[in-house]
Order: sequence, then structure tokens, then C-alpha cells
Amino acid sequence: MATTEKPDVILEDAFVLAEPALADWFIAGPLILGFMFGSLCLMQRKNTLLQARIAIVGLVLMLLADIGLFLNVLENGTVVMTMGRWFPPFGITFAADMLGATFALIAGIVGLAGGIYGLSDIDDTGRRYGFYPFLLLMMAGVTSAFLTGDIFNLYVWFEVLLIASFGLIILGSEREQLDGATKYAVLNLVATTLFLIGVAYLYGIFGTLNMADIARKAPALQNTGPHFTIAILFLFAFGMKAAAFPLNAWLPASYHTPRIAVSALFAGLLTKVGIYALLRIFMTMFPEDRQELALLIAIVAALTMLLGALGAIAQTDIRRLMGYLVISGIGLMLAGLALGSQIGLSGTVFYSAHSMIIMTALYLLTGVMGGLMGTFDLGRAGGLYARAPWLAALCLVLIFAASGLPPFSGVWPKILLVKGAIDVGIWWLAAAILVSGLLTTIALVRMFSFSFWRPAAEEDLEAFSFADHRIAISATVGLAALTVIAGIFPEPFIQVSDRVAAELNSPTSYIEAVFGSSTEEAN
Amino acid sequence: MEVAVAVLTGVFFFVSIYLILSRHIIRILLGIAMLGNGVNLTIFTAGRITREVPPIIGADAYVPLEGIANPLPQALVLTAIVIAFSFFAFLLVLVFRTYQELDTDDTGEMRYAEPRDEETPPLGY
Repeated sequence: MATTEKPDVILEDAFVLAEPALADWFIAGPLILGFMFGSLCLMQRKNTLLQARIAIVGLVLMLLADIGLFLNVLENGTVVMTMGRWFPPFGITFAADMLGATFALIAGIVGLAGGIYGLSDIDDTGRRYGFYPFLLLMMAGVTSAFLTGDIFNLYVWFEVLLIASFGLIILGSEREQLDGATKYAVLNLVATTLFLIGVAYLYGIFGTLNMADIARKAPALQNTGPHFTIAILFLFAFGMKAAAFPLNAWLPASYHTPRIAVSALFAGLLTKVGIYALLRIFMTMFPEDRQELALLIAIVAALTMLLGALGAIAQTDIRRLMGYLVISGIGLMLAGLALGSQIGLSGTVFYSAHSMIIMTALYLLTGVMGGLMGTFDLGRAGGLYARAPWLAALCLVLIFAASGLPPFSGVWPKILLVKGAIDVGIWWLAAAILVSGLLTTIALVRMFSFSFWRPAAEEDLEAFSFADHRIAISATVGLAALTVIAGIFPEPFIQVSDRVAAELNSPTSYIEAVFGSSTEEAN
Repeated sequence: MEVAVAVLTGVFFFVSIYLILSRHIIRILLGIAMLGNGVNLTIFTAGRITREVPPIIGADAYVPLEGIANPLPQALVLTAIVIAFSFFAFLLVLVFRTYQELDTDDTGEMRYAEPRDEETPPLGY
């Protein structure tokens, strides 16, 4: 049966035979490290001390790989690697452009902060139930979702981070957690399934899954097949992932139930993966459909940011208040996507990075405050200023940053977004951004005045000792320092976000990076 | 053949959406399982369904014959089945635990994380 004669295969036609540059391997770093250290932690499941140390080393190494990748992309432009050395579009491609590298870098920072906070927040039982393995696997999933250049692979990474997040959200198996986790799990699973339907139709039309290949073929195939249906499916699926109004119900139902370290990581990472996917799909792959959907996205953005902030004002539980602020921030990011202009996208990217850092920091701070007050209930909160005055300073920094007040990092992306909206005359979007900022300020400052200024309900609370909260506070301070730096020296950050926006606005740079400079049409 | 499978897929989606709209969590779960299978059939159909021509490229050719079934979607379906199955297994356990703890399978009654009689935030002190 089998033929013995070899067909005259020319390897140069099918494979990349040149060795990739050593620095390019950074693109595989977060993925390999995440899985490797995740499984190491799993092997040390019972040894809770060693497990935590392994995890922190793993998270630091992942962050270093993210930094290396970011610097490499900054220096040399988009880095591309294809599995099995096949020429794209045949292997699964990993392509890190500025967008992916920036998101991966911020995710690395957030992951490390969450891991450090977990040292104090997650007890031995939580560690034995796998906090650190799940955290590392989730980080691998999130980072790889930012870096992959293959749309089915994106689906797989979504599922990887989703199953890891399921493990994290039910850590503790309390009644509240099971309730929240059920809604979180069901709705997120439906969202990824809808995404998969979109992928199925996409493959039916394009016959390829490589994002750059799809982007290359999209203009020619614009009027064949249900293009618009696919775009709507993706918008719906990722809008649900990002918790955009009216698909946000799962977020406030679940984000306040797990451990604070977990909530902080979710708030910093998961919804932003949805935003990243929307940017990638609508800017790189379907720019024409984005233009048709711009008005819808703008309306969704305005409603999301306003209703998120109003929801925050209506909350009694500080953790749920934070959950609504996450939603409000998503509205701002969608605003830039709706504008689609250089300045709008720049604002969106800067705001996403800012929001990942600030929402994580706010949740971590909430954890410290809740630990000190013994409650997250605004009705019973109080007495913090007398016990830890400098915690008030930290809290104010984060409140100012989250509300977009100078001199912290929130102000610059908001300026970019408002200017972008006014430039094209969409005054109502600009107004919504400003009003949502005001509402956010009201919600947070009220939280501040109740927790810090109001006298404590109970008199006999023990004095605050820094030593008990050293780890938790150092993680929060580290993140707060970043927002101060980005607020006072915004220039390099805006340069980066400008470059991301420029790349997003001209998908050809992404396509050329993946396929080389040849413009031949693949069959 | 494609038409028959397309109709079947439509039925799958119809049934799954009907089940997901239910209040009872176990019916919602069954709906999600059906939805996953509907999607798998969609991917499967997207790759053409024929059995006459094997998807093998002859030694003297570089492209396969016309009209073969594309094997790639079948690989995708395989991946999707495995993922959907593992998620379904997890969800079943999660929902059973929830049922044990909350003593209800009615999503309208699942209000522990978001209590119905929650106090409004204080207006001053």
C-alpha cells in the first residue's frame, strides 16, 4: 500500500527554515511559564508554603517575559511565530503587535499583584483547593489570548481562562459563592458558545482561521455571505464577556462573592480580554463592519458607562460598588472603539491599561478596608481615618485616578476620548464620559467618607498594625505608584497608546508582519 | 445532505434556546449542552459533507480533488466537543452543589448573592 518513493517536497515552500531570533521566544514565554509553574504548583498542592513561593517565582518570570516581549515589539515591530514552523496561515500563529504586547504586559503586572495579595488573603485551605495553580493557568490563558493570531485558538484560550476562573470563583464553596458562580459560569459559557458560532460562520466564508489571513480576505468577500451576522455575533459574545450593558447582569451577581484577591484579578483581567477581542476583531479584521456598527457601539458605550456608575451609587456593599465601576469603565473603552479614530483608539488603549491597574488596586484596597472594618457594608462602615490615616491617602489617590481627576492616570485617556468624541461632533458621547466621571466620583467619595470619616460603630477595635497587612498593602501601593507615574509623566504612555492606535487603524501592518511583505493572494 | 444537517442544526438551536429560557437551572444546563452540539454541527456543515471523495492528496498533485470534505472543521469540532463536555461536567457538579446549598433549582429564587431585601445605601451620618 504505502509508496516508498518520496515525493519531491521542497521544504522552503512550506516551512520557515530560518531560526527565529532569540528575543522572539519571549512570545511563547508567558504560555510556557504559566503552564509549567501551574503544574508545579499542582504537584505541591498540599505544601501550601512552597506552592505559594513557586507561584510567585512563576508570576515574576511571566512578568519578565511580558516585559521582554513588550520591549522587543517596541523595538522591532510585530513579532510573529507559527507553531510547527509552517508558513501562516497553516500553523497556529502567535502574533504580538503593540496592542497584544501592551495588554500582556499590564496583565502580567496585575497577575503578580494579585498573586502577592493572595499570600495574605488566601488561607491554607484555599491554597489546597488550588488558588495558585488556577491563577497561573488563568494568567497563561489571558496572556495567550492577547498574543494569539488565530481565531479558533482565541476561543481555546477563552475556555482555558474561563475554566481556571471557575475554579477561582468557587474557592471556599460558600453559599453566596455557589450562587454567584452558577450565574457567572452559565452566562460566560453561553457567551463563548456564541463566539464559537461566529467562528463557524467565519470559517464557512473565509476558509481560514488566521486573523491576518481573514483581514486580508475581508475586503474582497465583504458582500458574500452573512458578514454582518458574524460581526453582530462577535459584538454580542464579546460584549457579554466585557459586561457591556445590557449584557452585564452576570458581573454584579458574581464579582463580590469570591475572595478579594480573586475579585481583583477578575476585575483587572477578564472583562478586558473581551475588550481586546473586540478591538482585534473590529479594527484588524472587520473595519468596515465596525463603521456600520459604530452608532450601536456608541449607544451601548454611553449606556454602559452611565448605568454602571449609577449602579455603583445604588450599592451598599463596597465590593458590589466596585463591580459596577468595572462595568462603567467598560463603557469608556467601548467609546473609543465606536469612534475608531486615532485619538479615540489611543484613549481606549490607555484607558484599558489604566483600568486594569486601577480596578485591581481598588479591589485590593477594598479587601484591606474590609479586613480592618470587619464589614463591607456601607451602613456599618466607619472609623478608618482614626486607625490608619495614611490608608486614606492611598484610597484618595485611587479614587481620584478611577474618577479621572488629575494628576493621576485616569485623566489622560478621558481627555483623549472626550476630544475624540468632540472632534467628530458626537457631543452626547463626550457628555456621557464626563457625567459618568462625576457619578463615579460621587459613588467613590461617598464610600470614602463613610468608611474613613464616620466614627466607628464599635469602640473596642484593636489598633491597626502595619505588620499584619504588609503584603496586602505593598501590592496595592505598587499599583497605585504606577497610576501616579502614569498621571504625572503621561508622555511615554500616550506615545505607546498612540502607536497601538496607529497600528490598529492600518491593519496592513499586522497582515504584513504575519505574511512577510509579499502581497500575493493566498488561495 | 447539507440541507438535512442544516435543518437539524436549526432544531438544535431552537430547542436549546427554548430550554435556556426556562427558570429551572437543570433545563438551562440541558439547553447549554444542546447549544454546544448545535454549534458543533454548524462547524461540521461549514466544511462540506461528502463521503465520495477521500481527503487525500495524490502523490502527483499539490491540491486535493474538487469537492472533498474539508477535514479541518472536523478537527475543530473534536476540540469543541472535548471543551464543551468538560464544561458541562463542571457545570453539572456546580449546579448540584448549588442545589444542595440553596435548596432550590429555580433561578428566580437564587438570590443569596444579590438579596432581594437589601438595604439602600445610607444617605448621611
